[in-house]
Amino acid sequence: MERIPILRMGEFLLVTIQVDMHDQLALILQDDLTRAIEKQGAKGVLIDISALTMVDSFIGRMISDISGMARILDAKTVVVGMQPAVAITLVELGLSLTGVATALNVERGMQLLRRALTDSHDDDFIKR
Amino acid sequence: MTTISSSGELPLKNEHDIVLGRQAVRRMAQELTFSLVDQTKIVTAASELARNALIYGGGGVLKWEVLNEVGKRGLRLTFQDQGPGIANVELAMTDGWTSGKGLGLGLTGARRLVNEFELDTTVGAGTRVTVTRWK
Repeated sequence: MERIPILRMGEFLLVTIQVDMHDQLALILQDDLTRAIEKQGAKGVLIDISALTMVDSFIGRMISDISGMARILDAKTVVVGMQPAVAITLVELGLSLTGVATALNVERGMQLLRRALTDSHDDDFIKR
Repeated sequence: MTTISSSGELPLKNEHDIVLGRQAVRRMAQELTFSLVDQTKIVTAASELARNALIYGGGGVLKWEVLNEVGKRGLRLTFQDQGPGIANVELAMTDGWTSGKGLGLGLTGARRLVNEFELDTTVGAGTRVTVTRWK
């Protein structure tokens, strides 16, 4: 079965979506990703959508849902690389991805995740 | 006067057809030299309406027509299904309302992404949505 690969980078997971996803593939990714977070104790997820030329309400909701599910599993999600034309269309469609952390590119996304992780380590330290 | 320079039809029988449909719409929008933003808008609208025809209408067809008018060209897409139809059109055209599991953005969102939008539905007979984007 067709699957979108999930790469492990230390405490983070990296997903690069490079195909025009049909709905079922998006749902499989949601499933695989939440399972990978749990199994590997990942603290962050980076989703690179720079190759996506379209995000409709279904894919938009999938991105939103993944972010929410990951948060409940104690992992932060950052969506990176959205093309400007996709961002314009998505907002006009009525979807603004509220609550989803975004960054311009993979590098900035990683910075955001590292910072979030450092902050949470600090919190642990203070609690002790 | 509007003339049609080319037209065609694609089936909407399964999820894969939605992908094929939006790829075909992308190619046509590119051929019409739509801007990247306009391409993205019509492709996204097509994706929403194709999914509606499949999920709520039980499948159908996507008809496309390349339109010519004096000084402008456009792409007209018609999504036709033989499903249950929409009983309350006003409600269906409300942001966030859904009869299924979606976000309720399909119809209203698609309308915002095109220049012309026409909804024709008969309970028990089906739904036809026609959208046009001009260049």
